[in-house]
Amino acid sequence: MSEKRYTEDHEWVLIDGADAVIGISNHAQEQLGDIVFIDLPDVGKTLEKGKEAAVVESVKAASEIYAPADGEVLEVNEALNDEPGKVNSDPEGDGWFFKMKLSDASQVASLMDEAAYKSFIDE
Amino acid sequence: MDRTDATGPKKTPLFDLHQELGGKIVPFAGYALPVQYPAGIMAEHKQTREAAALFDVSHMGQVKLEGADRVAALEALVPADIAGLGEGRQRYSFFTNDAGGILDDLMISNQGDWLFLVVNAACKEADIAHMTAGLKGDVTLTETTDRALLAVQGPKAAAVLARLAPGIEALKFMDCKPVVIEGADCLASRSGYTGEDGYEISVPADQAEALARRLLAEEEVAAAGLGARDSLRLEAGLCLYGHDIDVTTNPVEADLTWAIQKRRRQEGGFPGAAEVQRQLAEGAPRRRVGLLPEGRAPMREGTELRNDGGEVVGNVTSGGFGPTVGGPVAMGYVTAELAAEGTALQAVVRGKPLPCKVAALPFVKHNYFRG
Repeated sequence: MSEKRYTEDHEWVLIDGADAVIGISNHAQEQLGDIVFIDLPDVGKTLEKGKEAAVVESVKAASEIYAPADGEVLEVNEALNDEPGKVNSDPEGDGWFFKMKLSDASQVASLMDEAAYKSFIDE
Repeated sequence: MDRTDATGPKKTPLFDLHQELGGKIVPFAGYALPVQYPAGIMAEHKQTREAAALFDVSHMGQVKLEGADRVAALEALVPADIAGLGEGRQRYSFFTNDAGGILDDLMISNQGDWLFLVVNAACKEADIAHMTAGLKGDVTLTETTDRALLAVQGPKAAAVLARLAPGIEALKFMDCKPVVIEGADCLASRSGYTGEDGYEISVPADQAEALARRLLAEEEVAAAGLGARDSLRLEAGLCLYGHDIDVTTNPVEADLTWAIQKRRRQEGGFPGAAEVQRQLAEGAPRRRVGLLPEGRAPMREGTELRNDGGEVVGNVTSGGFGPTVGGPVAMGYVTAELAAEGTALQAVVRGKPLPCKVAALPFVKHNYFRG
């Protein structure tokens, strides 16, 4: 059974045991505007919690996406290379960024659940 | 024109309208302006290329020069031929410094017994100080602070404005004339910063919102913000002051020699003329060029450019995504020997060298009405 958590940097993390899928929240895509390019990490890359994992480019600017936990990139969403706009149209579904293996699942346990994230962005 | 709160950026006469339309307000050159509306930059860009868009450019400085010596006095500060500028005509120019560097770029029009100047918001105080110190003889400078500036840009702009001000469609590219629009005494130039046909309209501040609402009521028109203005001008190959041109670039390397008319090239008589004339004769050591990335990654301002051997040969000065091109576009400076169209270069994006080619500017053909 998977559970969805959110970071304060507006990423969502869909946790399934030791694996996690990462993307950006609907709120984040609204703030970024039209997304035109995503610089995804290489498969096999080691990620460090809080460090840059990907870069998302809107028409106007480039924004960094941070790793929500330590781990290793298992898979990236290649479809975004041709259709980066999927992040705008379906940010929490088809617009996922990458899948990673978590080194320490407890690192994501403290992230916000959906209700907490909602009140976080409403603040 | 400026509505200033105790603190924070100044508001233009259209500020309340921007908020009502859902504009995302950002500080820009000391003003609170919409970077985009809910439609988004991509849609606003396409709106401008396909129909018409309304931009609030009231942050720009509007200056009036009067007096018998106004033409000669201004020619001493800019390399444009002002004496040869017909009444009702406008020219693009720039203030240069003694090294030939560019202090600001501006529009100058001949309004009969006065000259109308439009300068960049970020530079207007410095420009006015520069002119106040440098304009010699019988010249009076007045900053116009009670007028807004609206840009209506796009292939449908003329048809829309003709409904409100019959006859305005007869203006040709770079004409600038007094026009009454919906009862407002305006000064309209057929020009803009998008590469499209269109107008920039100086309108009394207290009539600006009514005119903007009237324009937006036309089905071909939608509001567009600073974001689309930037992507449009980049595709059109137009320079953004402080980025593509500044005090460290001169008009020859910036590929703006078309704006220095023959008489001024020969006679000089503007700050830095000797250096500009030398580079005109000998060629500039570096050139502003278009850059077309081969992949989809945008190459932003500051991106380093390298040649095949890995040596640094220049840098990107403006770059992003071109919605009409459908991919990334950029411009920047490279050493003269690499400025030929088609030259392959590497642009270093986040540490990775990515291939790009020198490309002709503009990326999107200009659609000006020359009559």
